[in-house]
Amino acid sequence: MSTIERAGQGTGNYLDDRIGVNRWLKKNLGKIFPDHWSFMLGEIALYSFIVLLLTGTYLSLFFKPSMTEIVYNGSYVNLQGIRMSEAYASTLGISFDVRGGLLMRQVHHWAALLFVAAMTVHLCRVFFTGAFRKPRELNWLMGVGLLTLGIFEGFAGYSLPDDLLSGTGLRIAEGIVQAIPIVGTYLAFFIFGGPFPGSDFIPRLYIVHVLLIPGAILGLITAHLMLVWFQKHTQFPGPGRTEKNVVGYPLMPVYMAKAGGFFFVVFGVCVLLGAAVTINPVWLFGPYTPTQITAGSQPDWYIGWLDGALRLMPNWEINAFGHTLSLNVFIPSVVIPGICFTLLGLYPFLEQWITGDRREHHLLDRPRNAAVRTAAGAMAITFYLVLWIGGGNDVIATHFALSINTVIWTLRVLLLVLPPIVFVITKRFCLSLQRRDRDKLLHGIETGTILRMPSGEFLELHAPVSESEKVLLMAGDRYEPLELDTTPDDNGVSPRVSSVDRIRAKLSQAYFADQFRLSPEELAAAEEHHAHAALDAGQGGETAGAVAAVTGDGEAAALTAAAQAGSSPDQA
Amino acid sequence: MSDEHAAQAGPGQEVAPVAHAENPLAPGLPPHRPRRADVDPRAAKRAERQVALLFTLSALCTIGFIVGYVEIPNSEVLNLPLMGAVSASNFTLGVTLGLAIFLIGAGAIHWAKKLMPDVEGVDERHELRSSDETREAVYAQVAEGIADSGFGQRKLIRRTLLGAMALLPLSALVLLRDLGPLPGTELRTTLWAKGVRIVQDPSLQPIRPEDVVFGGLVSGLPATLMAVEDSAGTLNARAKSPVILIRLRPEEIVAEQGKNWDYEGILCYSKICTHVGCPTALYEHQTHHLLCPCHQSTFDLADAGKVVFGPAARAMPQLAITVDADGYLVAQHDFTQPIGPSFWERG
Repeated sequence: MSTIERAGQGTGNYLDDRIGVNRWLKKNLGKIFPDHWSFMLGEIALYSFIVLLLTGTYLSLFFKPSMTEIVYNGSYVNLQGIRMSEAYASTLGISFDVRGGLLMRQVHHWAALLFVAAMTVHLCRVFFTGAFRKPRELNWLMGVGLLTLGIFEGFAGYSLPDDLLSGTGLRIAEGIVQAIPIVGTYLAFFIFGGPFPGSDFIPRLYIVHVLLIPGAILGLITAHLMLVWFQKHTQFPGPGRTEKNVVGYPLMPVYMAKAGGFFFVVFGVCVLLGAAVTINPVWLFGPYTPTQITAGSQPDWYIGWLDGALRLMPNWEINAFGHTLSLNVFIPSVVIPGICFTLLGLYPFLEQWITGDRREHHLLDRPRNAAVRTAAGAMAITFYLVLWIGGGNDVIATHFALSINTVIWTLRVLLLVLPPIVFVITKRFCLSLQRRDRDKLLHGIETGTILRMPSGEFLELHAPVSESEKVLLMAGDRYEPLELDTTPDDNGVSPRVSSVDRIRAKLSQAYFADQFRLSPEELAAAEEHHAHAALDAGQGGETAGAVAAVTGDGEAAALTAAAQAGSSPDQA
Repeated sequence: MSDEHAAQAGPGQEVAPVAHAENPLAPGLPPHRPRRADVDPRAAKRAERQVALLFTLSALCTIGFIVGYVEIPNSEVLNLPLMGAVSASNFTLGVTLGLAIFLIGAGAIHWAKKLMPDVEGVDERHELRSSDETREAVYAQVAEGIADSGFGQRKLIRRTLLGAMALLPLSALVLLRDLGPLPGTELRTTLWAKGVRIVQDPSLQPIRPEDVVFGGLVSGLPATLMAVEDSAGTLNARAKSPVILIRLRPEEIVAEQGKNWDYEGILCYSKICTHVGCPTALYEHQTHHLLCPCHQSTFDLADAGKVVFGPAARAMPQLAITVDADGYLVAQHDFTQPIGPSFWERG
C-alpha cells in the first residue's frame, strides 16, 4: 500500500469512526449522471455563482460602501479633484490602484452576466423538455426563485459603484417604487432613508448585495442540488433508458473529472473575458450626480426587458380623488414582471391540471411531442425578446436612422401581434415534425435507391428505422383530449358540469386535439401488416419477387413490400 | 408506470385523459464502441502526454501571472492589434490567470474523455415516496404527539400561543419604522423661492438674460444649493432643483403654465423627467422638443412643456422667472407642482 493510500484510508477511517461517512460514500461514489450538452447549462450557472463568490469576496476587501462625499485624488488623472462618493472613489481605486483589481471587477461583472444568462437558458431547457413535471415541481419553483433573486442581485451589484450610469438606474428604481399605489411613497422613503438619493442607500444595498441575497441564493442552490441528487437527474429517451433507470457516467471518476474540469473552464473563460473585454468602465461615466445623464445608456442585459416595458408603455395615468395612479410606470415595472414570474412558477401545476397526469416523469420530452407547450414557450420568449429589443429602442433608432416614434409604435404592435403568430408557427412546426416521425416509423427511411420494375414502375427502397431510433421516435406520452360527458342519465337529467371542468376541457382540447403521434398499437398493427405484405410478396408477389431476384437479397422483398404498403398509410 | 397510474381526473363527469403506457420497445443499451486510446497503447500514451502538456502550460501561466503582478505597473498601457490601447497589467494578469484556470479544466476533461472509462453505467430509480405503512405510521405519530401535548384539547393554550405568535412579527415591523422619515412635503418643495438666482451648472455663475441664446440650452441650479448641500451632506436638494433654460421668440411660445412666467422669451423648466426621474438633456431647438434619454419621453417646451410622445404622463413643470435688481435671472417662486415622477399622494 502506498503512502498516499495509507493517508487516504487513515483520513477515511477517522471520519468514518465519527460520522459514518463511508456508508454515504459507498452509495454515492458510483452514482450515475446522464450526459447531455444541455445538462451543462445549469452547471454553468452554478460555476459562475462560485466565481461570483470568490471575486466578490476579493472586491469587498477594497470597496467602501459609503456615500460620504470626498475629493478624489487617486491615480486616474481625468477625475482628480472631483467630488464624489467614497463608493465611487473606492471603485476607481480597485480599477486603477489595486493590481489585478480591475481584472477582478471585470471577471465579477462578466460572471454576473453569465450567471443570469445560464439560469435563463437552463430554465428554457427544463421547460421545453418537460423536466419540470412530477416529481420536480419543487425544483422548478426554486429555480424561478433563483432567477428572480439573480436579477435583483445583479441589479444591486450594478448599482453599488455609484457612477453616473448606476445612479441613474437607481433613480429609475426609486421612481418605480414611488409608482406603487398607496404605499409607494412611504416605501421609497423607507428604502432610501428619505428623499432620493440620501446617504443611506448604498450601505444598505451593500449588505443586501453581499449577504442577504447571496445567502438566499446559496441556500436555494444547495436545496436545488440536493433535490437533483436525491431525485436523480432526468434523461433523454433512447435505447436502454427507461422511466426506472438512469444511464450515464459514474460520479467517480468520470463525472467528477468532467464536472470539476468544466468548473475550471467556466472560471477560465470568465477571467479571459475580464482580461480582453472591458465591461462597465465606470471611470468613463463619472460620479453620480442627479443633474447629469449620458445618452444611450443601457442597463445590464437581464434588466433590458423591464426597461423595454417601461419604454413601450403608453403614458396612462389616472388622477382621481386627490390621488395619482401611474399606470405608465406601475404596469410595466411591477404588474407585467409580477404576472410573468407568477405564470412561470405556476406552469407545471397548470399543465398537470390539464393533463390530469399524476405519474412521475424521468424521461425528457422531445419538444416537438409537446407541441402546445413548446409553442407557448416560444410565444413567451417572443414576448420577452420584443420587450428586450424595446430596451434598446434609442440605439436602434440612431443606428438605423429611424424615427424613435416609429420604432416604439412598431414594437408596441409587435409585442401584441408577434407572440400569437409565433405560437401558431411553432405549433405547426412541431406537428410537422411529429408527422415526419410518424412517416419514418410507418414507411421507413428513404434510401435514395430507385428500382425499376419489369413493368416499368419506379420504386424507391425504404429502410426501416433502427430499433434504437424507433425507441426515440416512440418515446413520450400521448394524451387524449378531455371530453366532457354531458349525456343525460336514465332519468334524462344532464350531469352538471362546473365551469372549472369546462375550462379544463377546453385547455385539454387546445393542448391535445392536434397531434400526429403514432401509438404503440398503431405501430404494432403497421408492422404486422408489413410482415404479411412481405410474406405475400415472397410467395408470389410479382414486383417484390423481381426485386429479390435483382438484389439477390431476401430482405429486399420485405423492404419493397413495406415501401408499397407505406404508400397508402391510412390502411396501415 | 402503466395505465393503472394514468391520469386520475378530479371530480366531475369528464373522462380522464388517457396517457398511453411508456415505450414498449426498449432495446438495451447500444454496444460500447472502444476508443482509439482503449485499443492502441500509443494513442493512450499520446493522450496522456496531451493532458500533461495542458497541466504544465497551466503551471507556466500561473508563474507568468506572478511575474506579471510583480513586474507590470498598473499605469502601463499596451497597444494591441484589434483591441487598441489596453491596460498592460489587466491584460497580462487576465490572460495568464484565465489560461492557468482554463487549462486545468481542459486537461481534466480531455483526460476524462480520452482515458477514463467511457462505458455507460445504469442506476435503478427507486420510488421516491415512502411506503403506505411508513406514511400511516408518521401520521399516527404526529397525531399522537399533538394529542399528548394537548394542543388539540387545550384551546386556551392553543389560542393564546397562536395570538402571541401572530403579534410577535409586529415588533420587527415596528423596528423598521426608523428606516426613513415620512414623506411630508419633501416631494412638493424645492430650493427655488422668490428671488433665488439661477446659476449655471457646473460653473455656478449667475446667468444674465443674454447668456441664454436662441437654440441653446443652459442647465441651471439654485444659487442657494451649495450652502444647503454643505450643511446637509446629501445630494437630496440637488436631485430636485436642476432646471433648464431656453430662449424662444415670443411668437414661438404657444402656451406657458402661468402668465408671464417667461422672461423676454426665456423659459425655465425642471430638468427632472416626470416619468421616472431621469435628468432630461436632449434638446432639439427647431422643434423645441426636450427628450429624456432614459425612456424617450418628449416634451414640447414651446407649449407649456406638455408631453408629445413617450411614456411620461405629465407636462414638465415650469419655473416662473424674472430678473433681479442686478439683472440676473431669478425664480419668481417655487414650482407650483411637485417635480419628477408621480406618486400616490400627488393628486
